[in-house]
Amino acid sequence: MACFVVPGTEAIVITAAALLLRRYEMNKTKVRVIEGADHTEGEDRPKTGFSRKLFWLAGLLWGGVALLAFEHLWHGEVVPFFPFLTAATEGAGAVANMLHEMATVGVTMAILVTVVWAVMVAVSYAIEKRPLEKKAEA
Amino acid sequence: MTLLLTVFAAVIVTAVWYKHSDGKMMLGLLCWMFWGASIMWLVDAIFEYAELGAAYFTPEIADMVNDAFLGLSVIALALVIWIVALLIKDPKGTVRAKLKKN
Repeated sequence: MACFVVPGTEAIVITAAALLLRRYEMNKTKVRVIEGADHTEGEDRPKTGFSRKLFWLAGLLWGGVALLAFEHLWHGEVVPFFPFLTAATEGAGAVANMLHEMATVGVTMAILVTVVWAVMVAVSYAIEKRPLEKKAEA
Repeated sequence: MTLLLTVFAAVIVTAVWYKHSDGKMMLGLLCWMFWGASIMWLVDAIFEYAELGAAYFTPEIADMVNDAFLGLSVIALALVIWIVALLIKDPKGTVRAKLKKN
């Protein structure tokens, strides 16, 4: 009915957090350049900033929400005019069903997407630590 | 059917992204959309399975056709979003070059 609202809300929060973190990371890099810090230090540091990884989660959430919103539009559960959610016009029972679906299906969607992202991040750290293979000479 | 079509789209786009990973075609955008939607529809499918049981795997033909039509429409929508984003961001500068030429 409106399960995509939950991952949609998470997407807004995550995007805001990623934007703030990116600004912080960029400022930190600027300070390091001004102070003339040695760029070779901390090579064991992950090469991709965490803000970029947060944008991966935002991408997964926004992408899924966009396509699910279309599916809800297709099934007539969402309309492009106020109050936008069909259930809101169908009485208290329908609203209760909608809220129940958001609390069960919607929350599970948000959790599963976040878990998949966490696995992706863990794998990406492992891949970043792996040395690049040299191409075999012909 | 919608889930199945989206998963196939996600896998194909990810394989193409892996082959051409220079980022100039912005295939990452398509990957996020298809994988995000696939995960969310998987949850939907699990809840539906919990409710319907084995009947979930034997849908009516009309439902299957409608779901397939929806799946194809979703893929078309994602492709439209991607191509519009690609033309606006113009990572290769092709659109800019064309506009300057005319």
